[in-house]
Amino acid sequence: MAEEVKLFGAWGSAFSLRVDIALKLKGINYEYHEEDLFNKSSLLIKYNPIHKKVPVLVHHDKPLAESQVILEYIDETWENYPILPKDPYERAKARFWARFIDDKCFPAIWKAYWSKDEREKAVEELIELLKFLENELDDNFFGGETVGLVDIVGNIIAHWLPALHEVAGVEILTEEKFPKLCRWSHEFVNHSVVKEVLPSREKLIAFLRDRLESRSS
Amino acid sequence: MSKTIVLGEEEVVIIGFWTSPYAMRVQIALEEKGVPYQYVEEENLFHNKSPLLLQMNPVHKKVPVLIHNGNPVCESLIILQYLDDVWNQKYTLFSHDSYERAKARFWVNFFDNKIADCGRRMWASKGQDQEAAKEEFIESLKLLEGELGESPYFGGEKFGVLDVALIPFSCRFYTYEMFCKFKIEKECPKLMEWVKRCNHRESVSKILPDPYKIYSFVLHFKKMLGID
Repeated sequence: MAEEVKLFGAWGSAFSLRVDIALKLKGINYEYHEEDLFNKSSLLIKYNPIHKKVPVLVHHDKPLAESQVILEYIDETWENYPILPKDPYERAKARFWARFIDDKCFPAIWKAYWSKDEREKAVEELIELLKFLENELDDNFFGGETVGLVDIVGNIIAHWLPALHEVAGVEILTEEKFPKLCRWSHEFVNHSVVKEVLPSREKLIAFLRDRLESRSS
Repeated sequence: MSKTIVLGEEEVVIIGFWTSPYAMRVQIALEEKGVPYQYVEEENLFHNKSPLLLQMNPVHKKVPVLIHNGNPVCESLIILQYLDDVWNQKYTLFSHDSYERAKARFWVNFFDNKIADCGRRMWASKGQDQEAAKEEFIESLKLLEGELGESPYFGGEKFGVLDVALIPFSCRFYTYEMFCKFKIEKECPKLMEWVKRCNHRESVSKILPDPYKIYSFVLHFKKMLGID
C-alpha cells in the first residue's frame, strides 16, 4: 500500500533526499510528491504549517517534519536495515554527530559557498569542524559496515560539498587534508542504494550554479 | 579494603551550571527516574572552562554533559534519549508510540531553535529588535499552548519529555517579562497553569532556581559583557 507512506520533497534538497535514502534502504514503498519551493502546495503548508519546508513524511495521514526527526521515526517504525545502533551509548554518539553536521557544518557550508564576505572565515571554521568528523571515522561508514544515520545526514558533505566546490571554486574536502572523509564520501555516493537516489553530479552542479547566480544578481 | 560494586549502582555525573535550563532538564529527568547522580558545577563556565569539561565535551565545550561510567554524553535532548534508553523500568520520558515520540522531538527542536534566536535578544537588545524577539517568543509559546490543549501535561496524563524540556525555561520568564515589559500570564494563561502544575512536582521544585536570582544574574551578566 504505497499510499500509506507519502514523502513531500524537492529535487536538489539534501534534507529531503535523506528521507528517500532511508526509505529505499529499508525497501519501503512510498508516494513521492515533488514540491516547487517557490510555489509551495497547499498540502505541504497543511502538513507543515510551522516551517512550510520539505521534507515532510506522511504516514497513515499523520505528518512529520524535520529530516532527522523523520529518520528516527522511520528507523523505529520499520526495523529492518537499522540505521541507528542498538547500544545506548553508540546511539547517543550517532545522534551527536548527526546534530553536529546539521547544527555546525551546515551553516558553515552555507556561509563558505554563498557569502562572499564571510567566506574566508567560514572556510576556516568548516575545516576545523570536518577534522572532528575525520577523526571519528574508522570504518567504511560512520555506521560501521553499513550506512547509518550519520552517513545519511552526511549526504550534504559527501555529495553537495564536492558539487559546491565546482560551482564556487572553493575546495575544502581534499585527499590531503581529509583522506578518510574523501574515501567515505566515495563509498557513500557509490553505495548501491544511495546512488540510485542521488541526483547526478552534473545536474546538481548546474542546479547549484543557477541558484548561486540568481542570488548574486 | 576492596571496593564492593553493588548491582544497579553506577557512576552518573552531570556537569552543569546553575542557570542553564539545559542542565536542569537532565537533573529533573534523573530525579524523575530515581537515578542517583553527582552534580558538578562548572563554576567558571564563561571565563575559564575546567579540564574536565574540555575533556568530556571537546567539540562544543558546553554544559550539560552526562558522564556515565566514565563515558560522556553531550547535548540535552540526546542525554534525555540516552537516559530513556538506559533507565526505562520505572519511568520513561518518551511515549511508547513512535509518532508521539517524533512529535516530541520536533517540538523540543522547535523551541530550542526559537529560544536560541529570541532568548538573548529579549534581554540584550533594545528597541525594534527586542520588540520583534518578544513577539516571536509569544507566538512560539502560543503554538506550544495549542499543542498542550486540554491535557495536564505535554505528555498527556504523564509528565513527559516535552514537559521536562520546557519547564526549566519558566524560571527565565520573570527576566523576559522585566526586560520586555509584558506578562506571559496575560498572553498564555493555560501555559502558566501548566507551569504551576509542574512546580508541584518534587523534581521540578527541587531543581529549578529562584526566578529572581536568574534575573539578578542576567543583570550582572549584561554588565560583565558591557551591554547596558
